[in-house]
Amino acid sequence: MMHWLNNLSPAWQFVLFSAIKVVAAFAVLMFMVAYVVLVERKVCAFIQDRIGPNRAGPFGLLQPAADAVKAFFKEDFTPAHVRKVFYVLAPAIVMLPGLMNLAVIPFGSRIGNQPMVIADLNVGILYTFGIVSLGVYGIVLAGYAANSKYPFLGGIRSSAQMISYEIAMGLSVIPLFLLVGSLNLSQVIHYQSGGFLNWLVFKQPLAFAIFLAAAFAETNRTPFDLPEAEQELAGGYNVEYSSIKFALFFMGEYANMILASAMMVTLFFGGWTLPIFGLDQPATALWAGLVQIGIFLAKLFCFLVMFIWVRWMWPRFRYDQLMKLSWQRFIPLALANIVVTAFVLWVRS
Amino acid sequence: METLLFYAFAALTVLCALLVVANPFSRNPVTSAMFLVLTIVSMAGLFVLLHAFFLAAVQILVYAGAVMVLFLFVIMLLNLKEEELRKIKRFSLVAGVVCVGAILALFLRSLIQARLSANLPASGAEGSTAALGKLLFTNYLLPFEIVSVLLLVAMVGVILLSKKELK
Repeated sequence: MMHWLNNLSPAWQFVLFSAIKVVAAFAVLMFMVAYVVLVERKVCAFIQDRIGPNRAGPFGLLQPAADAVKAFFKEDFTPAHVRKVFYVLAPAIVMLPGLMNLAVIPFGSRIGNQPMVIADLNVGILYTFGIVSLGVYGIVLAGYAANSKYPFLGGIRSSAQMISYEIAMGLSVIPLFLLVGSLNLSQVIHYQSGGFLNWLVFKQPLAFAIFLAAAFAETNRTPFDLPEAEQELAGGYNVEYSSIKFALFFMGEYANMILASAMMVTLFFGGWTLPIFGLDQPATALWAGLVQIGIFLAKLFCFLVMFIWVRWMWPRFRYDQLMKLSWQRFIPLALANIVVTAFVLWVRS
Repeated sequence: METLLFYAFAALTVLCALLVVANPFSRNPVTSAMFLVLTIVSMAGLFVLLHAFFLAAVQILVYAGAVMVLFLFVIMLLNLKEEELRKIKRFSLVAGVVCVGAILALFLRSLIQARLSANLPASGAEGSTAALGKLLFTNYLLPFEIVSVLLLVAMVGVILLSKKELK
C-alpha cells in the first residue's frame, strides 16, 4: 500500500489525498449537523426542565436518523403558484456556503506529511467572506420563488440583516490581519502559537465581540432570528417549503453555525493549537496530529454549545434594534478598532 | 490542464453573459440577474487562473455578494411585470447589433495589433495581497482616493434623496 502510494506522481498524490480530505471533512460536517440538532434539543429540554428526545435508541441517539428518514418520506409538496426553478435551487444554495467554506478551514496541523487543510489559500479569509456573501442568494431566492407575501417579506428581512452584519463582520477582522500580516488562515494560527496570551481573543477582544455577534446574525440564530421568528411573524422565507427541501434550510443553518464556530476557533482561539505539551507546533508524530484534530473539534464543540445555550436563554431583538445595532454601534466601533490598532502598530514600529 | 480550465471558464462566462441579455426561455429580470452572478463568478475563475487570487476573491465578495444582491432587491421590490411581457422592438434590436458590432470591431483590431509580445509582465507576484496594497497606496494613491470620494458623493446623494423634507 505505502509502496504504491510512493510510486504515484506528486500530482496524483495531491488529487488522491485532496479527495480523501474532502470526503472525510464532508462526512464529519454532515455527522455534526445531524448531532448538533440532537444536542440542541437535549440542551433545550434541560433548560426548560424537560427530558427531550429519548425514544429512538439509547438516550435518543438515533433521533437524527429517524428525523432524516421522516424528512425524506414526507410528501414533497410544491405549491402551484411557485416559480419552479428558483424554488428548487434556493435550498441547495443555502447549503452551499457551509460546504464550500470547509475547504479553507485548517482542522489540524498535519498527518504524515499531509497538511490537514483542503486548500491553504493565501487569501483564505477573503474567500470565506466571499462565499458567505453568496449565501444570501439562497434566502432571497427562497422568498422570491415562493411567490407569496410572508416568505417574500421574510426573505427581504433576512437578507437585509445578513448584508448589514456582513459589513460589521468583515470590518471586525481587519485588525487581526494588521497584527498577523497575512490573510492566510494557517498563518493566523501560527501567529497564535506559544502561550495563551498570544490568542487573538486576548489581543483583540473588541474584534472578537463584534465578530461573535455578527456570527449569530449571519447564521440567523437567536437573538437575531428575525428571519424565522415563528411566534410573532408567522415564519419567514421557508414557509412554503416542505419535506427534504425544508430540511435543507434547517441543515444549512446548522452547517453555517458549525462553520462560523470553526472560523472563530481559527481566528481568535488558536485553531488546532494548545500551548501545552508542545501542541502549538505542527505535529511530527501521528498521535500528535490526531490530538490536534481532537483539540480543534473540542473547541468547536464549546462554541456550538454556546450558540445553543444563547438560543434558549435570550429573547430576540426587534427589527429596528437589530439594524441600529449593526449600523450605529458595530460598524463605527469596528472602524475605530481598525484605526486604533493601526496607530498602535505604527507607534511601535 | 490550465488551458482546459481557461476555455471552460471563458465559455461559461460568455454563455452566461449571453443568457443575461438574450435568454430564450425566460424574460424574467431575476433570471437575468442570477445569470449575471454566474458570469461574475466564472470571471473570478479566470482571475484565479491568472494567479490574481485577491482580485478573484474581491470580485466575488463585492460584485457577486454585494452589488448583485442589491440589484436583486431592486428588481424584486419593483416587480417589473410588463418587462417580462415586452416584445423585442426592431429599432432597439438594430441599434444593439450595431453597438455590439462596433465594440467587437474595436476589440478585434486592438487584439490583432497587440499580438502576444515578449515583454509581458512576469506573472505570480502581482497576485499577492501585499504587493497590490503597496501599489494602491503608493503609485496609484490619487486614483484610489478619487474613487472613494466618488463613492462618498453617491452616498451623500442617496441620503439627500431619501430624506423626506429638507430643512
